[in-house]
Amino acid sequence: MLYIGLGYIGVALGAGICLVGGAMGIAKCAASALEGAARQPEAAGSLQTMMIIPAAMIEGLGLLALVIAFLAVGALNKGVPVAGGSPAAAEGAAHAGK
Amino acid sequence: MNFEHILEHHIMDHAMFPMFSLGPVQMSMSQHLMIMWIVGGFLTLVTTFAARSQSRLAAGLRGGIEPVILYVRDEILHPIFHDATETYLPYFLTLFFFIFTANLAGLIPWSASVTGNISVTAGLAICTFVMMQFAGAKEQGPIEYVKHICPGGLPFWLIPLIFAIEVMGMFAKCIALCIRLFANMVAGHVVSLAFLSLIFIFAAASKAVGLAVAPAAVGLALFVYLLDVLVSLLQAYIFTMLTALFVGAAVHPH
Repeated sequence: MLYIGLGYIGVALGAGICLVGGAMGIAKCAASALEGAARQPEAAGSLQTMMIIPAAMIEGLGLLALVIAFLAVGALNKGVPVAGGSPAAAEGAAHAGK
Repeated sequence: MNFEHILEHHIMDHAMFPMFSLGPVQMSMSQHLMIMWIVGGFLTLVTTFAARSQSRLAAGLRGGIEPVILYVRDEILHPIFHDATETYLPYFLTLFFFIFTANLAGLIPWSASVTGNISVTAGLAICTFVMMQFAGAKEQGPIEYVKHICPGGLPFWLIPLIFAIEVMGMFAKCIALCIRLFANMVAGHVVSLAFLSLIFIFAAASKAVGLAVAPAAVGLALFVYLLDVLVSLLQAYIFTMLTALFVGAAVHPH
């Protein structure tokens, strides 16, 4: 059972690190847009439009991490009876973990 | 009855009755297919009524729909296509309104999230890919289009590598479009479900704690629901804008 638990930890860590990178990217983008709008308020409209597109693309990458995490957790859940896997699978996992 | 079971019941597609087979593939009527037809029929009826009817209701609808159409034409398409805007306007308007309405239809209770099905978003991304190739081939001629896939001014020994990278980039952009829309829609539903499941998790410990958590959990789920309405509009705009960018890059690649 240990390796299934480690699998869950690995999936969560991987998704979390992806999201940290994505959040830093979007934060930098938003900070530049705010600073540009503070220097020149009449450019605020076009800066906002230009900010939305990179933000949505980086968010797409973050959600890709979410999709991978869901698929991995779905595969891991097959070995755990309480999460929907069969008891026979849990028996096999416990036996192999010995 | 666990989280996965509820997710599978609400988000995955379920066949209702078989219709016909195309070779080995069984085309059956399913929930998502029915909702897609309802969304398409609803959009056709509402936009035709708003455009053609003389009644006051239609005038009100025009006041609501026309700024959106003008926004798509003047802010998204005109900066990219300039004089060829009228050629591409019908496709992009259809794309924007279909994605927006389908996203919103997924939020109605007892309806299904159509754009939360990866086959639907993959179909939309394939439409984008085909549009890129055909628009590029139509505007520039097929040979010129293929020659312009690589940017100009490269040493000749780099061209095969850059060509392969650019073609893979075209596929990667369309796949990213597909997954972005799909994951945004599914994530909204999953987060709502997770917040509402908090009630049952706490109720397994004691009923009183479950009841106490209920208002907070419903409030959180309501907040995520409102955020999902915003995300529906934003993702429709992003899909349309990125498709316009890619088709524009195929049509005049400089």
